[in-house]
Amino acid sequence: MIEVERLTKKYGDLVAVRDLSFKVAKGKIWGLLGPNAAGKTTTMRVLTGYIPATEGKATVAGFDVFEQPNAVKKVIGYLPEVVPLYPEMTVSDYLRFVAALKQVPTSQRKPALERAIQVSGLASVKGRLIKNISRGFKQRVGIAQSLIHNPDVLILDEPTIGLDPAQIIEIRELIKSLKGEHTIILSTHILAEVTQTCDGVVIINEGRLMASGSLEELTASFREKERVILRLRRGHEEALAGLGAIPGVERVSRQNGELAVEWNPRKDLRESVSRMAVEKGWGLLEMRTAAMNIEDLYLRVVSGGGEQ
Amino acid sequence: MSNIWNIAKKEIKTYFTSPIAYVVIAVFLILVGFFFYSALSWFNSQAIQMAQNPYYAQQMNINQMVYTPLFHNMSIILLLMLPLLTMRLFSEEKRTGTDELLFTSPVNVGQIILGKYLAALVVLAAMLGLTFFLSVFTFAYGNPELPQILNGYLGLFLMGAAFIAAGVFFSSLTENQIVSAILTFGALLLFWILNWAAYSASGMWKDVLNYLSIFQHFDDMTRGILDTKDVVYYLSFAFFGLFLTHSVIQSRRWR
Repeated sequence: MIEVERLTKKYGDLVAVRDLSFKVAKGKIWGLLGPNAAGKTTTMRVLTGYIPATEGKATVAGFDVFEQPNAVKKVIGYLPEVVPLYPEMTVSDYLRFVAALKQVPTSQRKPALERAIQVSGLASVKGRLIKNISRGFKQRVGIAQSLIHNPDVLILDEPTIGLDPAQIIEIRELIKSLKGEHTIILSTHILAEVTQTCDGVVIINEGRLMASGSLEELTASFREKERVILRLRRGHEEALAGLGAIPGVERVSRQNGELAVEWNPRKDLRESVSRMAVEKGWGLLEMRTAAMNIEDLYLRVVSGGGEQ
Repeated sequence: MSNIWNIAKKEIKTYFTSPIAYVVIAVFLILVGFFFYSALSWFNSQAIQMAQNPYYAQQMNINQMVYTPLFHNMSIILLLMLPLLTMRLFSEEKRTGTDELLFTSPVNVGQIILGKYLAALVVLAAMLGLTFFLSVFTFAYGNPELPQILNGYLGLFLMGAAFIAAGVFFSSLTENQIVSAILTFGALLLFWILNWAAYSASGMWKDVLNYLSIFQHFDDMTRGILDTKDVVYYLSFAFFGLFLTHSVIQSRRWR
């Protein structure tokens, strides 16, 4: 649905995005992750046609962003980092204006407006002036304007920035509910946002691609050891020695009353481990994979470098 | 076309839902009303004096003695007020980030500029149109020549259209509305007084400076002379202003 190939954007001598390539499949939510000034907003601005790229190619829904900007703009809904609102307009008037701007046919504007208001939960404030509504509602109006023409692709630049925790959860739920029907790219520097809302992630730093892929793929590719945590009722000492004797197990250690068993990720020893725990009667209460989380991944990628 | 109208409609609504349009129109009408009243009072006192002498009484001309100075005064008020009307058109969008919405919508930059320009023209038309009611008095108690008055209004409208184009251009240059208004006013005033420089110039320069002066073209129109040269001047001034705006916006996005 979205393809970016060797995209470079320079502002004078400053290179904001360098040789960036990634793909996003239809109906998925992808996070564009990176520290501040990594080039997230620039990438989004190029995709939406707000600014042209210096080099490279980007296509959205099969249309080239540079060759067919108006075709691309019709299929994209965009929420910029600073929500583009006219404070002196009412919520309904504003959304009506955006619908006209996005060329929603006159006959379909009313249902489009009602749908956007309903999906974004704006019914209670639709008649109020935008300047008089809360920050959370303003963000919702921003999302509603990006949805009004029912675009195939949604590009959301830091959609939860500046919101309180309850509002953040609401907006995340809203974004998740849009998945499937819309392909979504959202940028963020909040790691939890990616794990909670995204199917995949593109990590960039200083304008360069550091890693991209689905969350499982990425964490798996960066994992050097497979790690399983066991909770046993009894026999910890015996288990320490016994599990360590399983061929392929590299290390068994105690961790907060639990046992951590590590082996090379090319093998799958989970069955052998669980069988031994049951056969020896250690009282296996729980066994879980300690996946490498996004925090570990992000810190490694951003601070350590190395393209994947 | 519908894109232009959608943008114009929104801008007109913004003018009229905020105090801007009302304040500009009200102050304009008060000032014009005052100038009209002064000119008419002076005309009346002259008429009473001249009534003693049938020859002089025939020389009394309401168009020349009331409308020509009134149009000149109105043009000065427009010079002062139109930059205030145009100053926010693009600078406000840029300052608040709403330009990102406009430029990521399937609308051309040219259509956005024309939409905003059209909205300001509508306010200008309202300002001028409302002053037309003053003429109810002159038509009720005298016999002014309508074509000459309409010609003056046409001149004011064309000149206002040129002023607005300059205002739109300066508004696209900066995020600061005050800077935008001051630059517009300064540039327009400079064009206004170019013919002063023409007095001391000679040869081709004299003609060039005279042609470029906004005032020179307007003067003829207040006297009832409709010359295509003047109309072309104002239209090309407006076109040039809008063309520069287009170039500024496009070049900024490509930088």
